[in-house]
Order: sequence, then structure tokens, then C-alpha cells
Amino acid sequence: MITFDDVVKVYPGGSTAVDHLSLELPTGKTTVFVGPSGCGKTTSLRMINRMINPTSGRVLIDGKDVAGQDEALLRRKIGYVIQHAGLFPHRTVLDNVATVPMLLGKSRKQARTAALGLLERVGLSAEFASRYPAQLSGGQQQRVGVARALAADPPVMLMDEPFSAVDPVVREGLHREFLRLQKDLGKTIAMVTHDIDEAIKLGDVVVILRQGGKLAQIGTPQELLDHPADEFVAEFVGRDRGLRSLSFDTAAGLPVRPLTEDLVLDDAGRPIRWSSGEPTGGSFTVGDSLRLVTDLAITSPVGIAVRVDADGRADGLVPHHDLVDHLAERRAAK
Amino acid sequence: MSTYLSNNWETILTALRQHIWLALVPVVIGFVVALPIGYLGVRFPWLYHPLVNTCGVLYSIPSLALFVFLPVVLGTKILSPLNIVVALTIYTVALLARTVADGLRSVDALVVQSATAMGYRRLRRLIDVELPVALPVILAGLRVATVSNISLVSVGALIGVGGLGQLFTRGFQLFYTQPIIVGIVLSVALAGICDLAIVGLQRLVTPWTRYQRGAA
Amino acid sequence: MNLSYLFDAAHWSLTDDGSIPQLILSHVWYVVLALIIGTIIALPVGLYIGHTGRGSFLAINAGNAGRSLPTLGLLMLMVTLLGLGLTPVLIALTVLVIPPILTSAYAGMRTLDHRVVDAARGMGMRPSQVLFKVELPMALPVMMSGFRSAALQVVATATVAAAVGLNGLGRLLIDGLAVNDYSRVLAGAIVVAVLAVVLDLILALAQRWIVSPGLR
Repeated sequence: MITFDDVVKVYPGGSTAVDHLSLELPTGKTTVFVGPSGCGKTTSLRMINRMINPTSGRVLIDGKDVAGQDEALLRRKIGYVIQHAGLFPHRTVLDNVATVPMLLGKSRKQARTAALGLLERVGLSAEFASRYPAQLSGGQQQRVGVARALAADPPVMLMDEPFSAVDPVVREGLHREFLRLQKDLGKTIAMVTHDIDEAIKLGDVVVILRQGGKLAQIGTPQELLDHPADEFVAEFVGRDRGLRSLSFDTAAGLPVRPLTEDLVLDDAGRPIRWSSGEPTGGSFTVGDSLRLVTDLAITSPVGIAVRVDADGRADGLVPHHDLVDHLAERRAAK
Repeated sequence: MSTYLSNNWETILTALRQHIWLALVPVVIGFVVALPIGYLGVRFPWLYHPLVNTCGVLYSIPSLALFVFLPVVLGTKILSPLNIVVALTIYTVALLARTVADGLRSVDALVVQSATAMGYRRLRRLIDVELPVALPVILAGLRVATVSNISLVSVGALIGVGGLGQLFTRGFQLFYTQPIIVGIVLSVALAGICDLAIVGLQRLVTPWTRYQRGAA
Repeated sequence: MNLSYLFDAAHWSLTDDGSIPQLILSHVWYVVLALIIGTIIALPVGLYIGHTGRGSFLAINAGNAGRSLPTLGLLMLMVTLLGLGLTPVLIALTVLVIPPILTSAYAGMRTLDHRVVDAARGMGMRPSQVLFKVELPMALPVMMSGFRSAALQVVATATVAAAVGLNGLGRLLIDGLAVNDYSRVLAGAIVVAVLAVVLDLILALAQRWIVSPGLR
């Protein structure tokens, strides 16, 4: 667990970057700091590995104040990923990844072998190992950056806008892989982004900061979407927060109606089309989000979303008026 | 020192006048010659590397060697000031042709593209857009060329034509520091004044650079 | 063009005083000494200024100031002050190589990608590790280009040493001029130009060897 205990950072010149910040980042979870520029999110992150020292207050990792610890030794136990990756241009991809293990005293051979495994882990084949950063695309560089941060298997990872320098399609792929990796690894991650969508997508906990380094709200993505603390947070999470909040509820509680003759099935019972000839436009399972169901009901030519079981066989229908009723009940329950 | 100055001011002034002439004429000729050569290095990209390499080799020829070598090639008299002028012009071209090419290449491709999209033809675009944008880089090269020309002229004194350099050889022959010090001070001052003049010119003709981050 | 002096085998004896190989050797000796002393002085200062940002004004202007110093004047001043010998010549040549080495060391450190340095610190490198494992290797290309231009300048200027009674390839130029032996002058000009080009080539190869391919 990472604890911010009444942390203040005032820069020389008098501007307050972080203003009496107290919060906890749970172990094994991803906590995302998000806010407009000048909200002190990067400053907060950089106080965890002492790249910046607080003016007052304490930052603790598992109860130990970082201030008392040797800077370099502390940082070697904390993975660090930054925008544009910050790869060493004069070292091959493999040697970039092997950096921290070698700082920690591993032999070059050991470090390189481990690095090769990590490259694979972040989705880069062994042929990239001998390349230099300049020979990689932005997305590939960012993967190497992540592999490099993971190399010494640190329990804590700091990620400063790790995905903002790549185009949206690549970012989407990196997001998916980040979630997959984090599911396996369960690191304690502190991430900074200016993109609220990214925060909601990747964060188990989201910390919204406002200008001047004040905490606006901390909570799970759904808490922020459903119950913004004030106007600022509501504005910041965006107008379509109601719709986005549906991403966090599954279709498990959604009542379905029995199948009718109108839905044409194949021999195995999988939906093909409506008897009118219109396409079904896709289907959902109980595990999918309410957002997907809503989307299906809205885009379906007949206004009905089709539910299927794990094998793809149709097992129920949700007309859009049933969905609207369900959403109203869900809202009343909150 | 003051007696040396008052007794020799005429010699000193003549040397200074010759120094200015020998150093600056090559700057002007060299600049005019270097512009089209540098442009060719950009217009035809395959020319760029041969151009840079040739310039590098020319620039690496020691000045004294060039001063004494040129009369043999040009058929000029060894004491002719023309040798110095031609030699320094060669250095200026070698330095500036590369700078012009680098300056033009440094122009943001998007700026060139948008100019083309607006309907500029090649020559007009060069004059209206690319040259002005490349000017800070080109003028920085011009400063280097001017300052090094001014200090190189004195080497010519070893073959008898060297502006203020003649004060050095005279002082050396007489083992007398005063003319040497006067020569060094005047030469450095001249270089400083010319350098400042080009900086001033740059401010005047490229006012936009004052508002850019990291601009000189 | 009369190349008889250059191609006369008698002038290529390895043992005769004043033979071309002997003159090359003494020339290279002056150059290497000046480069070593200059590097020992200028490199740490340039690195320090570049690393800390303190004294940037000095580093930025050292280059221009150095270029504006007339080397012949400096050399002759040193000789008049200290008498004939290797020391005054070495002082003048060293003063000449300091500015480009200092300025390029400074520029190399200043133009580093600060994100990479930030990443290095964030990964837990100590300041000395950041300097030697990240900053220096990354600054090397710029530093090498400064060193190469210093080397070229000093090869050229070392010819002037002959004007104050030392050896080096300048002997062929100065002595040839004194006795109107243009074949000798030409031989000197060619050999020194070739030496400059060869030295630059060697340094370019060295640069390829010590600079990481990732930085090309």
C-alpha cells in the first residue's frame, strides 16, 4: 500500500503543486491520478520514488517513509514508465530491459535471459531484442518501456502518461495488454493520465485532482460516474457519464423474455437473422456490460437485443422498453 | 604603447583597411556562390552527401597550404592579394554551402507542403517561404564564416599579404610585443563588431525568431 | 605543377632530418600533444557546465571567441614573451583547441533528451551512473564532432609553427617560399592537406567505433 499523508509540495517561486494530499493506493491495484494540467498529478507520482521530495507531509510504501530511504535503492524497487518511454537510444532493446537487474548486481547474461522473457511477455518477438529504440514504432517503444520497468519484478510501478504518445488504435491495443498483464501480475500501480476515459478504463481506483493540487474525489470508476462529489468532477468525467457508468454493470440482473418465432436460428440454435430478413446486429452474454446491451437494443432494427449462452445459442430476448425499465430500477436502487 | 601607436598609426590603419577588405570580400562572394550550391544539395537529395563531404575536405585544407598552393594553380604572383581572397572564398563557400543546405532541409516539411498546396511554384516558394524560414541557420553559418575569415587573413602575412598579420610578423622579427598585441586586439575587435552586426541584421530580418523558444 | 620535390625518394628517407616522414612525425606530435592537453582542460569544464547549466554564457561564447583569435598573432606573441621552443607553440595550439572541445562537450550535454535522463534516474541510477552510462554515451556524437573540428584546426595551424623556427610540415612551405622552391611548397601543401583528410578519416572511423549504432 502506498500512503500519502498530508503531503504538500510548494515549488521554489511559490506555486503550490500539491496541497495537503492524503490518500491510499491499495496493494495489487491500479490507481490512476487524473486531472487538468497543473493539478499536480505528475508531481504526486514523482514523490513516490523521490524524483521530487515533498515540502511537508510523508509518502509511505507499506508503512515505510520513503524519505528515509536511499534514493537509488528505493527506485530500483519501483518500476518507472514515462511518456515516450525514455528508452536509452545507445542501448539495444534487450540491454534497455536488462538495465535495472544489472544495477541490482545480476550478471549481464542472467539479466539478458530474463529480459528476453519479458519482451515476449509484452508482446514483442525475440527479433526485436537486438534492435535500437530508433528502429521501433512508438507503440513498440512503449512496450519496451513497460518491459524495462517490469524487469526487476518490482512490487510497485509508476506510470506517467504511459500511453499518451501513441495513436488511438495502438493505444487501444496497449490498454488491452496492460489489463491482461496486470491481471496476471497484480502490481501496485500508480498511473498518471490527463484522459478520463483512460482512467476509467484502466483504474481500479481513480483519483481526480483539481488545479492547485487539491483532491477533488477518490473512488472506483463507477462511484465517480454515479456519484460525482461536485460540479467539477461531474464536468470532468463528462456528459455521457450515465452511459459510461453502464460499462461497469453486467447484464446478469437483466430480465429476458423467451424466444419467439421471429428469430431465425440455425441447427445448433444460434441466431441468424429476424424473420423479416433484418440482421440481428450481434448478441450478448450474461457477463457482458449493460452498455453493450443498450447499444444492441438501440442499433437493432427491431429494437430487441438477443442474449446467447456460452456456446452462442440464443436463450432470451431483451426489448428496449424492458431495458429502459431495468435502468430506471437500477437508478432507484443506487 | 601610446608612443608605438602614435608613431605607427598610419601603418596600422593601412593594415586594418587591407584586413577588412581581404576578409569581407570573400564573405560576400562566398555567400552569393554558396546559395545556389546549397540549394542544389536540397533540390537533388542524392547530391547532399557528396556536397557535404566535398565541403568537409575543402574546409580541412590548412590555410597556409592553400595560400601558397593557389599561385601555382591560378598563375597569380605569390604576393598577389588575390590568392588570399580566392582561398578565403573557398573556405566561405565550403562552410556556407553546407549551412544553406542544412538550413533549407531544416524547414518544416508541413510548412513547405502547405505553401505548395496554396499554389506556390518552386522558385517563388523558395524565395518567399523556405529561404526566410532557413535564414536563422544560414546567418549563424555566416557569422562563423566571417569571424574565422577575419582571423585567417593574418596567416597571409607569412606570404607577405596579411592585413593586421603584418603587425605580427614585424613584432616577431623585432621580438617586440606591442605591434602583436595591437594586431590581436584590432583583429578580435573587428571580428566582434562584424559578428554583432550580423546578429543585429538577423534580428532585423527575422523578427519572428525572437518569439520562439530557444531562439538566439 | 611541379611535383618533383614530392616524388623525390631522397625526401622520403626515414632517418634524415627534415625529410618528409620526419616532418610528418613532428607535425603529428604537436597536434597530438595539443589535443591531449586541450582535452584534459576543456572536456571536464564543458561537461560540468553542460551537466549543471552553470556558466552557460562562457561555454556558448567560448567557440566564437576562440574562432576570432588570430592564431598567428597568438603564436608570435607567445614566442616573443617566452622565447623560442616547443612550449609557446604548444600554448598557442592548446588555446586553439580548447573552444571547440569545450563548446561541443557543453552542447552535447545540453541537447540530451531530458526524458531519457529522467528515466535513468527513475530506474535507480546514481548520479555517476547517469553521467557515465547514459549522458556521456548519448553526448558522444556531438562531442566527437567538436573534437574533429579541433583536430582539423590544429593540423592546419601547426604549419605555422615553422614560422617560429619549429619543425612540422610548415617547414616545407616556409623554407620553400624563402628560396623560391615552389615544388617544395607544393609538396608541403599537398602532404599537409592529405594529413588533415587522413586524420579526419581516422577520427570518423573512431567515432563509428565508439558511438553506439543506436545514435546514428
